[in-house]
This record gives sequence, C-alpha cells and structure tokens, in this order.
Amino acid sequence: MTEKTTPLWEVFIRSRTGMAHRHCGSVHAADAEMALQAARDVYTRRGEGLSIWVVPSSEIIASDPAQKDELFEPTASKIYRHPTFYEIPEEVGNM
Amino acid sequence: MYTQALNARDTEAGAVEDADRVAAFQARVDAEEKIEPNDWMPEGYRKTLVRQISQHAHSEIVGMLPEGNWISRAPTLKRKAALLAKVQDEGGHGLYLYSAAETLGVSREELTEQLLSGKAKYSSIFNYPTLTWADIGAIGWLVDGAAIMNQIPLCRCSFGPYSRAMIRVCKEESFHQRQGYELLLEMVRSSEEQKEMVQDALNRWWWPSLMMFGPSDTDSQHSAQSMAWKIKRFTNDELRQKFVDATVPQAHYLGLTIPDDKLSFNEATGHWEFGEIDWDEFMRVIAGNGPCNRERLAARKKAHADGAWVREAALAYSRKRADRREAARHAAE
Repeated sequence: MTEKTTPLWEVFIRSRTGMAHRHCGSVHAADAEMALQAARDVYTRRGEGLSIWVVPSSEIIASDPAQKDELFEPTASKIYRHPTFYEIPEEVGNM
Repeated sequence: MYTQALNARDTEAGAVEDADRVAAFQARVDAEEKIEPNDWMPEGYRKTLVRQISQHAHSEIVGMLPEGNWISRAPTLKRKAALLAKVQDEGGHGLYLYSAAETLGVSREELTEQLLSGKAKYSSIFNYPTLTWADIGAIGWLVDGAAIMNQIPLCRCSFGPYSRAMIRVCKEESFHQRQGYELLLEMVRSSEEQKEMVQDALNRWWWPSLMMFGPSDTDSQHSAQSMAWKIKRFTNDELRQKFVDATVPQAHYLGLTIPDDKLSFNEATGHWEFGEIDWDEFMRVIAGNGPCNRERLAARKKAHADGAWVREAALAYSRKRADRREAARHAAE
C-alpha cells in the first residue's frame, strides 16, 4: 500500500468545571477539521468537555527527561517558597 | 473491553543492557514511579508492552464484531441505543490503547498490519459466535465482567500511558456489564422459553470467559517478569478465581446453573472451586481454529480495504489545501 501515514494530533479538552484545557490523548487525522471531529467522538462521549483543542504532535516541544534533575531538582531545596516555612504565632489567627 | 494474558514474553534477543541502567529502572518501578515514553526502559519491557497493549487494542476492535452483529436486530429502541453506545465505546477503547502503544515507537499502520496479517493476537473470546439475543447479555455480563477484573489492576500498571488509558476505560466499562446483566434479568423474568435462551448462552460463554484470563499459573513462567515490572499485579489464576467468586452468586440470582458439575463452595477458604478448563480448546482457538477466527479476520480485512479510498481522499484533500495555502502565501509575498 502506498498511503502516507495519517498525521497524529494531541487532544486537549476543557471540562465543564472551568478548568484549563487538559491533555487527554491523541488521534490520527488527515487534517485539523477531521482531527477535531475524531477527538469529539473519541474523547467526549459522556459530556466530558465544552471545548477541544487539537495540536499537531510534531509541533509539541518537550523537555528532555535526561535533564530532569537540572531542571527540577533545584526547587526541592527552596522550602522558603512555601507558606509553611514561616512561623506565625497561633494568636494571630488564620493567615 | 478485553485483554487476555497470552503470556508469550519476548526475550531480549541477545541484547546486552547496561546493568546500572537496568537496576535504576527497576528501582523506579519498585518505588511505584510511572515510566513515561521518553524514559529509558529495558528492551524487553518495551516489547512486552507493545505486544500486550496492541493485543488489547486489537481485542477491542475485533470485539465490536460479535456485538455489532445484533445492532439491527435489537428487540427495543432502548436496547438498540445501549448496544450502539457500547459498541462505539469498544471502538473508542481500541483507539485509546493504540495511542498508548504508539508512544513506544510503533506506528498505527504497523499495528493494523499486524492484526490483518494474523501476526498479532487478540482475545480468543471473540472467535465464538453470537447466536441469540441472550448472547449479547452474556457478553456484557461475563466477557466485560472478566475484562473488568483484568483491567482494574492495569490502572496501576507501571507504564504511564497504559495506566491512564485503563483508567478511562474502567470508568466507561461498568455500564457495559450492567446493561448485559439487566438484559438477562429481564429475559429470565419474561418467559420459560427466554430463560432457556439465557441458560443456553451461559452454557456456551462460561468456559470461554474463564479462558480469557490466560493459561494457568503453573504453565506460565512469564508472569514473574511482568509482575516484577509491575505490568501485571495479579496472576492469571488469582484473577480467574476473583471472577468466579464474583460471578457464581450473580448466576444464581438469575436462577441459572453454571455448566460445571465440579463447582462447589469451599467454606474454609470462602472461594468457589471449579473444574478443569479445556486447555486444548483454548490452544486451538488461539492458534486460529476457533469457530469464527477466519470470519473475524475477513471482516476486519474487508473493512480496512473498503475504507482505503476514504483515507486516500482525506490525505489528498489535506495536501491540496496545504498546497493552496502555500501558493497563496507565495502570491502575497
């Protein structure tokens, strides 16, 4: 068979609850319009969403898992970025 | 929705892997970290997953055939709508799973080719025919019931995309089993004749449903590796026992007899004990010689061939529109 492979699209759906669009999977489709239709059929059969984004998978730029430590490890030691780092007397009340 | 532990593990064909990396990988798995597609993984882990996930996907797609057979003959509009929705779900489940397999570096076209050429397996249960309307109820109750037993532990599988696909599938699956059981309940309450149809369906689907859990643990030396990799969480026999324990009381509630004269409840263990599965039949069906193997594959091949012009036209149209956009951009410059 001489057919070209059908492009892959990543699917993002915004749920009813007012959350941001969230990645939920992928579909193959020849073009953007068909990708939207396929995403609707595959990922919203039970009222999961109110809005769909499809993005060509080839356009996603991802961080390298090998760089995980240098990218994310430094934040582990910065405990002063969290509210619980600071002592507030109980008398002050909820803060 | 349907998986089957076929337990044909791929051996790492002479591949020498860095012992440190293998140890680091196993440590991550042991710590219950999820493995993601771009992470380093042993070749055996990748191959095992590609095979298992794609077989699972193929099972969903082939599984649409025995039920689809009854859509146009459903007895009421309610049952027809439910069956249509169920069969559409199975198609959706197949697509979630193909996507998960593709993250491991295999293309959708290759996976389809493996199914159509007969190289890839799918669950043996779909090689049995759906002879009466009661079979549609029996599939929902028993086949989806067995699948749920298999799939709930797969939600905790170490491979992230497979685990996420299983969570979606399990959320949707409960309806499949319930609609089947309700359908049977309505039949057994309707007339003696319909109750006999239901008993006949149970007689034919019971043993093939038990076979869905794959070979017995004593014949399956591959389970250990899948368990160590946390792809599997329970052995085939453990899952089969859970299924029998859950299903026997449901059969009794319907007023049916399980077609197994060795079936008895063991008060001491709290488990139902059952007779020996006909493993010759299992091997025969897996090898391609069940009642409907040829018919199922022929139907998938025909669907693929009949859809070829649609795939070609859609790609040609997208190319034409891309070319026009390009031409318009040049003209504007």
